[in-house]
Amino acid sequence: MSHTTMKNKLLTLSLVVAVAWLGALGSSGADNITVKDAAGRSIAITDPSRIVSVGGAVTEILYALGLESRIIAVDSTSLYPPRALAEKPSVGYMRQLSPEGVLGLGPSLVLAAEGSGPKDTIAVLEAASVPFVQIPDRFTGDGIVEKIRLIAQATGSAQRGECLIKLVEADLRALAALRARIERPRRALFILSFMNGRPMVAGRATAADGIITLAGAANAITAYDGYKLINDEAVIAARPDAILAMERASFRLDAKTVFDHPAFATTPAAAQKELISMEGLYLLGFGPRAARAARDLALALYPSLEPAVHGEIMPSERSPQDCRR
Amino acid sequence: MTQASASDAPRRSAWRKSMRVLVPPVLLVVLLLAAAVAAAIGAAGIPIGRIVAAFGLAPGNSALVDRDWLVLWSIRLPRIALAIIIGGLLAACGAVMQGLFRNPLADPALVGVSSGAGLAAASMIVVGDRYLASTGVTLPIETLPLAAFVGALLSTIILYRIATREGRTSVAMFLLGGLAIAALANAGLGLLVFLADDRQLRDINFWMLGSLSGATWAKVGAIAPFLVALACVQPFIARGLDLLVLGEMEAFHAGVSVERLKRTCVVLVAAAAGAAVSVSGVIGFVGLVVPHLLRLLIGPGHRLLLPTAALLGAALLVIADTFARTLAAPAELPIGIVTAVIGAPFFLYLLLRQRALLGP
Repeated sequence: MSHTTMKNKLLTLSLVVAVAWLGALGSSGADNITVKDAAGRSIAITDPSRIVSVGGAVTEILYALGLESRIIAVDSTSLYPPRALAEKPSVGYMRQLSPEGVLGLGPSLVLAAEGSGPKDTIAVLEAASVPFVQIPDRFTGDGIVEKIRLIAQATGSAQRGECLIKLVEADLRALAALRARIERPRRALFILSFMNGRPMVAGRATAADGIITLAGAANAITAYDGYKLINDEAVIAARPDAILAMERASFRLDAKTVFDHPAFATTPAAAQKELISMEGLYLLGFGPRAARAARDLALALYPSLEPAVHGEIMPSERSPQDCRR
Repeated sequence: MTQASASDAPRRSAWRKSMRVLVPPVLLVVLLLAAAVAAAIGAAGIPIGRIVAAFGLAPGNSALVDRDWLVLWSIRLPRIALAIIIGGLLAACGAVMQGLFRNPLADPALVGVSSGAGLAAASMIVVGDRYLASTGVTLPIETLPLAAFVGALLSTIILYRIATREGRTSVAMFLLGGLAIAALANAGLGLLVFLADDRQLRDINFWMLGSLSGATWAKVGAIAPFLVALACVQPFIARGLDLLVLGEMEAFHAGVSVERLKRTCVVLVAAAAGAAVSVSGVIGFVGLVVPHLLRLLIGPGHRLLLPTAALLGAALLVIADTFARTLAAPAELPIGIVTAVIGAPFFLYLLLRQRALLGP
């Protein structure tokens, strides 16, 4: 009796050792990767050579890692680098993906930013045999690092990933040093849309809120989450020191339109007609350039910081090509 | 109704008669009260004493008075004025439409204004952003309401052409053609939504969503002439609409120029409802239910129905907008939700009451 138990135990032990050894053997090769994605699923990736990249920041990170030759298609929000959409076929808008449009290209890996959709398509893609990895989209410095790390892991390029992370972290430290010089945080209000004179404004849990915080300012609106149509009188009560908007080609929001609006005309921002317009993906993408965008925003919000950073550029600007090999 | 006992008929007519005397002044008082309350409530939270001071009726801290006056004069009052005008326009247009089509389900949207305005605005947002941008043409934000107004008029004109043959406009054709045009416009809108990116999508959504936010005196000035026009024309169309209930031939023989009446009404409603939609987006319920509500109270005569509908529509929209801008402050609720929540239960109560009065 005890003899058989002993034998069984030995057998189990040797099996465990064998499995562990085989596992170690497998993971030492570049072609057996398991990652945990934003949806909490564990995904095994065997061949990260034909990638469909969905989401502006995802594409930007893949290019920054020098992996663009592996991308077979991007989505229509992949606006940086500008050549991405020119040289890669597009699977359309990230929230209106079609399963056939994505899988029909024969990818071996799909990397999609959290928030891609519609839900039905995501369900189909998750169930498909091609590994589908959702990249988390958190609007903090750590969120950028997390994004880069997951993408680097999923593509089997952890080394390049750590290199880029080091660069981004150096940027974030430089930004933190800049923030430390700010004496009194100013209040910024981000306008997403101004159609018909109705301001749609960013609340908490938005990319706009994240970048405002990174730039050492305070979001003037903290009473709700997401982007919502805001009451005119609430704009006055929020007392923003500066108004933030995205640059756009048509229906451009200029200072006159904003500060002719009776509610905005009474805000502290109206005194100096402070309207800061920045390019959308740069400002809100939370990709590798987010720290730079935050610095640009901080300098626009606090012109007095200009001498402090005079001539000094961020680490990632000094060596932008470093992590591509 | 035919089975109602003979004693019910005089009771009913006596009730209506007293209602006809009572309703207009009561509505006027309700509207004024609603406007006064609306002026006193808002996210900026100005106590009543300071409001009195801001209007110069009492002494007050001059810095506060200036700021309060600004909130009152450039934000709250134009918004209340806009609510009054748009509520009045929508309800009166609804009454005209229901009379013209002799159909209780007719509302201003039937002449295609909402779908036409929506399609035009969405085209401007998507096409303007996508294709004009690359040619270096930039569109100012003011082009949107203009485009919507033109779109509303265009779709009504197309509909009118479809429904008119040899100088006679077929009401049935108008109703069915309206459905077809709305379906087509919605298909176009769907295509634009498909083409749109994130920001354009939000722009389109928020453009379509009915709201009185963004009210300015300029908008009030742009839309007020339509209410004036409606008020000037309504005495002349009221009798025609009353006779039209009997049928087109009957009205014609009673001396109504039926085709001219139809044309006047369609042009009037298209312009007024189109202007309302292009300023405030689509606000449902008011145009459909307010006229019914009043018909239950004061009977179907248009001479009284049209002005009282305008009064009630204005009051309803002022009240609804006060809730829309304060309930979820600092965010705004879509006003259509509020109009329905306030109006629908009251309408149901009146329906049930009428049934009790008229018998089963």
